[in-house]
Amino acid sequence: MSDNRQTKQDVAVDELYAEAAHWELNTGQETIHAKRISGKWRSYKWFSNAFWLLFFLGPLLRWGDRQAVLFDIPSRQFHILGITILPQDFWMLSLLLLFFAILLAVVTALVGRVWCGFFCFQTVWTDIYTWIEEKLEGSPPKRRKLEKAPLNFTKFRIKAVKHFLWLVIGFLTGMAFVSWFVDAYALWMGLFNFTLGSTAIITIGLFTAGTYGLAGFLREQTCFWLCPYARIQGVMVDNTTAVPTYDFYRGEPRGRVKKGQKEEDRKTGDCVDCNQCLAVCPTGVDIRHGQQEGCITCALCIDACDAVMVKLNRPTGLIRYESLDVLNAKESRPLLKRTRVWIYTFVLTLALAGIAYGLSTLDAIEIKVIHARQPLFVLQSDGSIQNKYTVKVLNKMTADMDVQLSVSGPQGVRMVGADEPVTSRHGKVTPRTLFVRVPREYVLEESRPIVFRAEGRDAQGQLFISERESVFFGPRR
Amino acid sequence: MADKNPFPGENNTGHFWDDNLRELANPPPRWWMIGFYVSILWVLVYSVLYPTWPTLESFTKGVLGWTQIGEYQKGVDEVEAVRAEFEQKIAGMTAKEILADEGLSAYTEASAKVLFGDNCAACHGGGGQGGPGYPALVDDDWLWGGSIESIEQTITLGRKGIMTAHGKILKPEEVNGLAQAIVDGKPASSPLFLQKGCIACHGMDGKGLTVLGSANLTDAIYRFNPEGDETLLDSVKYTIMYGVNDASEPKSRQAEMPKFGDRLSKDDIKKLSVVVFKLGGGQ
Repeated sequence: MSDNRQTKQDVAVDELYAEAAHWELNTGQETIHAKRISGKWRSYKWFSNAFWLLFFLGPLLRWGDRQAVLFDIPSRQFHILGITILPQDFWMLSLLLLFFAILLAVVTALVGRVWCGFFCFQTVWTDIYTWIEEKLEGSPPKRRKLEKAPLNFTKFRIKAVKHFLWLVIGFLTGMAFVSWFVDAYALWMGLFNFTLGSTAIITIGLFTAGTYGLAGFLREQTCFWLCPYARIQGVMVDNTTAVPTYDFYRGEPRGRVKKGQKEEDRKTGDCVDCNQCLAVCPTGVDIRHGQQEGCITCALCIDACDAVMVKLNRPTGLIRYESLDVLNAKESRPLLKRTRVWIYTFVLTLALAGIAYGLSTLDAIEIKVIHARQPLFVLQSDGSIQNKYTVKVLNKMTADMDVQLSVSGPQGVRMVGADEPVTSRHGKVTPRTLFVRVPREYVLEESRPIVFRAEGRDAQGQLFISERESVFFGPRR
Repeated sequence: MADKNPFPGENNTGHFWDDNLRELANPPPRWWMIGFYVSILWVLVYSVLYPTWPTLESFTKGVLGWTQIGEYQKGVDEVEAVRAEFEQKIAGMTAKEILADEGLSAYTEASAKVLFGDNCAACHGGGGQGGPGYPALVDDDWLWGGSIESIEQTITLGRKGIMTAHGKILKPEEVNGLAQAIVDGKPASSPLFLQKGCIACHGMDGKGLTVLGSANLTDAIYRFNPEGDETLLDSVKYTIMYGVNDASEPKSRQAEMPKFGDRLSKDDIKKLSVVVFKLGGGQ
């Protein structure tokens, strides 16, 4: 290694040491001003941040004459592209929740708190807020200086612009959230006409204030002390989980670069104690103490360390995604050859299959039958036994449909009051009260099953059928 | 109590026990005190606005004039406002017209449940199933007719059919024979039915005459069902011997539908008629 190069390195390292001179244990007293660093993981982070564009832009998409995805709570209809889901099909939601719960467990067990580090709104919004902060106030040392500086016009102007932008983002977040539940364009129109409902105003207000407070001020303290999710995910991590890990075998004993020392004479490990990993950490933890509750596994320290290693001409990966077991040479199987990965995949597939089955078999019409209880049965003048029922026809389609009701059960069974088809209104439940009569000689038991059937055809002539079992009561024999 | 404070520089109150046990003068946190003063202010403002303080004979009324009964009345008015539209329509229509209007008859059926419960259910049962001595309203057998007009008339004017007691006129075996024919569902098969004048009220075929409110003796439904250990034959014989509403016979069966015309409004009666009609037996 040439002397010239050594000197260049020294200068670079000096700069690094100066940059990271300021570090304290994060107990919440001091705002964390993390240095922003570019690199592989930083790029991934931008991609994962971009996932939230869906949250903002999704409600603007249209499907026919309505919003593509709309959770219409007042009329209890949930539109997702071409599908409309009514509360009756909500069991699919539990499968969806199951899917996401398991997905979370799987991902966390395999590669740690990926949600926290890359996708969580707290992380993403804080990232955007601090990005704005950096653009306006400069690098971390400058920001700390500005914080201590007395309030003058320049400081006021910078701060005012920053808080204004933060509030705008908070407000847009609120608007985007509400847009999933009411028509997005109507919402914006309502905003400019001052005709927004109180629920919308309150929700938007809460979101604006919440976003501003959580991403602007609480930041990583939310992950430390407020978020139960972080703790839950924390306990899913074990020795086999690949998380950003400091390779202490390679790094220790750490020691500063000595100027003029030859690489061959070095007695210290690869870690040069430059504290860059601390400087870039958005939660202010020291990754070299190992995985800890404050670490959201955002992998920015990997970028920082790799950059230093490249400068020093040492191999990268001193901090890398690795499990403790691999580090301690207890595990050598690659991820895809581990049993748990396959078990997790199997359960995930089951939940997905359930949702797919549910979506593909969504009934267009569905009937419910309610037997009148008082009286259970009535003797008619011709000696037959009559039971009264209320049949409720649920029509999940987008057009009204005439539904013909019929009944099958005991011999001689006859339905009164259902000669006319029921005009079932779309997206609604249409009730029809009807009577079922069975001649006395065929009423052999106190109660026996009876099956109602509804048949209807849509405008295209496609047949829809729904059946429902109920009971027919008669006198005690 | 010590005269000299053994813990100088500490914010204690100067109260000591057992050498070192002492009371500290720690004020409550500021946020707590703010909350405390705000709640006092709240009480003051509240008691000016709303009824709060008891006086000897009454209480302070508050400047807003708010009362619980007023709040309740407001709720009632809201319901009435929703109902008004339907009630107005009902006022201008006959029971038959209401029945023909699907929406209006559904409204009537739902809203007049209370009327039915208050006025009808005591005798005819909550579901119109009838009770001992009281006819069922859910079946298709009507003494006085099952048309909507007949039902309305029955409720308005009441009904009281009369059957003379035949215990002193007929011999026991004649009563037996007639009763058996009725239980068999073929009253006209007995020659006595014609001879003893049953046809005068129950008709030649024994199917009853709705103008008189006489029972149909050929169908499966009986106006008076057997009670206790009685067989159907026993109860039919009892009716033949002692009659119905026969003032000269103390053991006569009592059966009277009271008159509701002077108790309920015309609209209420219309509504009840629709409800009874829709119970299942309307014709």
